[in-house]
Amino acid sequence: MDRRRFLTLAGATGATVAAGSRRARADGAPADVEFIGVLVDTTRCIGCRSCEVACGEAHGLDVPDVIGDGALETERTTTTRQRTVVNRYQTDTGTVFVKRQCMHCWQPACAAACLTNAMYKTHEGPVIWREPKCMGCRYCMVACPFEVPRFEFGSPVPRIEKCTLCWDRLERGLIPACVRACPVDALMFGSKRDLLEIARVRIYNHPEHYVHKIYGEHEVGGTGWLYLSAVAFEQIGFPTDLGTTPYPEFTKEFLYSVPVVFLVVPTLLAGLYRLSSDRERT
Amino acid sequence: MPGGGGAPATPRPAWFEEVRRFVRFVAAELKPRRPLATPFNLISIPVMAVGVVLIVIRFARGLESVTNLTQESPWGFWIGFDVVTGVAFAGGAYLVTFAVYVMKAERYRPIVRATVLNGFLAYVFYAGALLLDLGRPWRIVNPIIGNSFGYNSILFLVAWHFMLYMIAEFIEFSPVVAEWLGWRRAQHILRKLTLVTVIFGVTLSTLHQSGLGALFLLAKSKIHPLWYSEFLPVLFLVSSVFAGLSMVIFEGTISPRVFRDRVNRAHNATFDEIVVGLARGAAVTLFLYLFFKALVFVHGKHWVYLGDAWGWWYLLEVVAFVLVPCLMFARGVRLRELSLIRAAAVVTLAGIALNRLNVSVIAFNWRSANPYVPSWMELVITAAVIFAEIWVFRWVVTRMPVLHSTPFRLVDKDRQAA
Repeated sequence: MDRRRFLTLAGATGATVAAGSRRARADGAPADVEFIGVLVDTTRCIGCRSCEVACGEAHGLDVPDVIGDGALETERTTTTRQRTVVNRYQTDTGTVFVKRQCMHCWQPACAAACLTNAMYKTHEGPVIWREPKCMGCRYCMVACPFEVPRFEFGSPVPRIEKCTLCWDRLERGLIPACVRACPVDALMFGSKRDLLEIARVRIYNHPEHYVHKIYGEHEVGGTGWLYLSAVAFEQIGFPTDLGTTPYPEFTKEFLYSVPVVFLVVPTLLAGLYRLSSDRERT
Repeated sequence: MPGGGGAPATPRPAWFEEVRRFVRFVAAELKPRRPLATPFNLISIPVMAVGVVLIVIRFARGLESVTNLTQESPWGFWIGFDVVTGVAFAGGAYLVTFAVYVMKAERYRPIVRATVLNGFLAYVFYAGALLLDLGRPWRIVNPIIGNSFGYNSILFLVAWHFMLYMIAEFIEFSPVVAEWLGWRRAQHILRKLTLVTVIFGVTLSTLHQSGLGALFLLAKSKIHPLWYSEFLPVLFLVSSVFAGLSMVIFEGTISPRVFRDRVNRAHNATFDEIVVGLARGAAVTLFLYLFFKALVFVHGKHWVYLGDAWGWWYLLEVVAFVLVPCLMFARGVRLRELSLIRAAAVVTLAGIALNRLNVSVIAFNWRSANPYVPSWMELVITAAVIFAEIWVFRWVVTRMPVLHSTPFRLVDKDRQAA
């Protein structure tokens, strides 16, 4: 079975296994590789935080004490010790739980910012951090519109910590730990195309149950994680003023102008030099 | 040299004598020339000593131990002031070399060497300050060695330009070093490189001065709309012109007084003329900058943001630190009043610092509940870096022919032939 069909199947059935091997990129044509992501249905989430536990265990980070730590009382962000957090919101339609982590943008600002390609958009879609390349400049943090990359300010050998969509597990043919841990199918792993179709079908079948918007479909050019909700997204902690332009577009014009400047300015200066030399002689 | 005292029978080769003379010369030059107990030293030495201790702590225990940086404010005073503001202040070097070597504006020639030295040292020390801020500074070679080229990053461009421009500045300054060492042939060869290096350096400067502004294009959702604009690169480039000119005026006011014995009389006589010329340039570019600011303001329909404290803060920057010094410069030029021009230069420099800090730190994440304020340790380390730069500048100026010699003319041959 080729990888594309595999992923399609995985997405369509919500199956618990999928492959994300690097060999797919090496052997097959790149056009065959479809970006993968996760669909979060916040109307299904019960706030059990099994995803937080699974994430901490999978990456050797903090494993929260879900019963006793009372963490849902405050709105949290990801930290250097926790790549994903679940927040609780009181909304018009009752309590809503929202899992947050790296959105895995299709055109990530962090990767466009990174001058060493340490922050890297893989061909399969996950945005990963490659430790040996990073020089710790933190421009990825400045650029990220979702404020996801976290830096170990307290370490002499600091790391950037962020969700990698379990890249190491994908390479072993496993699905992300959080998706696997979710007991209520609030999380679904698959290709972006399939996930969008499934999301639309859910809205279509239960139009009274959802707001008619898939967060991540267009935001900053589209993200790997997609969200369904029963309430407006600004009520559950999402920035809704980010626009639909992929962030790398903002610097494209400047970067395109660089070779032009390198041609035009020296020519201009050489011309000015000749002119001023002539003037001096006469 | 150790072991040189013994008396071997065979005569030493000429190069050996040459090296020995060189080492002795440099060793002699390294000794202090002036009394150590000056007010400047009494202030700067303790600050630098504390700075060194803090830098050791920073590398032993991470950035958290000395800075107030947070996950929300990953860039603080070191980036906002040392790098982003410092590079604008160092813009004088590309402007003056452009005026003198390309445009043949001869009257600025007496300040070329000091300005280039200032620019070079500014880049060396601000890049040094950047090393303190990097989490993993030992990886700084990664964007230069081939395995990690992030071509699509503005920071990649800026990093390369910093490095290349430092080399260009050093080449521009190198004839002075050669003259100091008495290396006649090297001096002659290095002088021939000047024009090409200047053209290269000016090109690099236009790109990285604007590039520092372009860095913040990616922070669109985080910077207050009064300071974010797609024209940030243009605004940064234009403001680097009057920032650089103001720094030359400011520096030129101080160093001829401090190094009185190193300045020749011709320099003193022409310096007033030079200051008026620089002030004229600053006035024109400040006006141009105001015009750009107004365009951005009107096109962005920014008046809706003027109601609150951010609006007042913005108006303070634009009126008190751009419009006012623009008028001061213009009036100073017309009346040929140097004290007014110098005051205008100081106000302009403060305004540039304010603008750069606004874009990179203050108006960045303006909605944050815990705004970043630098710790005293960040400020002390910055002060230590600036003092160290002044120490090196002073060492060079008191030894090399920076202030007291009129540099070589590029087209002397044409003149001599005539």
